[in-house]
Amino acid sequence: MSEVTFNKKELERYSRHLIIPEFNIDGQRKLKSAKVLVVGTGGLGSPLLLYLTAAGVGTIGILDFDVVDDSNLQRQVLFSTEDIGESKAKAARKKLEKLNPHINLVVHETKLTSANALEIIKDYDLVADGTDNFPTRYLVNDACVLLGKPNVYASIFRFEGQVSVFNYTDQSGKTGPNYRDLFPEPPPPGLVPSCAEGGVIGVLPGIIGSLQANEVIKVISGVGEPLSGRLFIFDALAFETRVLKLSKDSNQTKITGLIDYDNFCGIHQQENGKSTVKEITVWDLKQLVDTHADYQLIDVREPYEYDIVNLGGELIPLKTVEESIDKIRSDKKVVVHCRSGARSAKAIEALERKFGFSNLYNLKGGVLAWADEIDKSLPKY
Amino acid sequence: MAKLIIPTPLRKFTNDQASIDTESGSVLEALNALAALFPELKVHLFDDQGSLRKFLRIYVGDQDIRELNNEKTAIEPTTVISIIPAIAGGRKSNEL
Repeated sequence: MSEVTFNKKELERYSRHLIIPEFNIDGQRKLKSAKVLVVGTGGLGSPLLLYLTAAGVGTIGILDFDVVDDSNLQRQVLFSTEDIGESKAKAARKKLEKLNPHINLVVHETKLTSANALEIIKDYDLVADGTDNFPTRYLVNDACVLLGKPNVYASIFRFEGQVSVFNYTDQSGKTGPNYRDLFPEPPPPGLVPSCAEGGVIGVLPGIIGSLQANEVIKVISGVGEPLSGRLFIFDALAFETRVLKLSKDSNQTKITGLIDYDNFCGIHQQENGKSTVKEITVWDLKQLVDTHADYQLIDVREPYEYDIVNLGGELIPLKTVEESIDKIRSDKKVVVHCRSGARSAKAIEALERKFGFSNLYNLKGGVLAWADEIDKSLPKY
Repeated sequence: MAKLIIPTPLRKFTNDQASIDTESGSVLEALNALAALFPELKVHLFDDQGSLRKFLRIYVGDQDIRELNNEKTAIEPTTVISIIPAIAGGRKSNEL
């Protein structure tokens, strides 16, 4: 480790680390030698990448396949208005290299999959998981377990955050619990909390991602007690924090290889389910509107979504559909829609199965497709 | 009375109520009391066989009930019970 050296500019830049007695230049050397992969450059990835870059982590992998969208900017503080439409990974690198020119930034402009995860992760010492979906969380976890890498985990939902350090091997060689010890299985699609009502308060990932960055720095530098075998919970609404004990689950199925994580999380079944209902396109609906056809339009979203944008349909939120069948016409064409088409398909399936409706049509792509193809003045969310 | 904390993602079924006070004697009784108060919540707590769903962890104090006596874990008037759900983030493409 002593062969890691710093030039004058670096020593000045990191001086506030160097004068912490427990951290000092040894801690800084460990940071400079370290290779950290940050999976996801979103709400959590933004503070993670900013702080790890500023702290002087020597090699940082930036993994994201997505592009910057204007709806990201409420919380993804790494990006600016001028980055909209740009590759997130590249826009991140552009910003971070200005922050710290003394480190090595590696862009992985790809989606992490079972086919590439081991190959990508093997070159890193540690993974910081800032993803936003269950399949990738299980994939990151399993790949880290197979490769023996620590996985610094954080997750957020609306006003709630979780942080832990998984698969961490301490100095005595003992490896702590991993994500599957905490949650052996993901929630089935459609059950809370699989983003049925997504969204997150913008500052929450800033708080939680910063805690995650702190754990990354602790694990690398060996300073302090990493959050291994413990789960930190933060409720931003009540301002309550809890630290819970985590232990290994003796019933856990041994991870022997990577699997199909979409299938594991029930994503495929969900997609297959969509195709069983009759669909119409936004252009078909426009024709119904233009010809003043006799039809009923039902919107199964929530009232707060209706307030953001609506097509003038009758608002019957999904959870109230079955108790509102008296409002649903059976004597003419009924077009059912939601934001993107998934909830409306679910509503139609239930109405067909339980009440025998046969005149219901799902609006393919929902309000989003209407805003994309018919009325571009409408906001998307 | 013991306190049962409801996590944010499940509060849409509890009219945004963050916790309930319960005089139940065990974790299972407390969860059943919660489901009785808010019937929509039941399917999110228990599967078809009546078992606790695997994407939820139940804690008594800072201890997982798996380390104690599972659903039969006894609760005292000062006990704080937490329901910890798996959360993944805010991606909308999973949205139903």
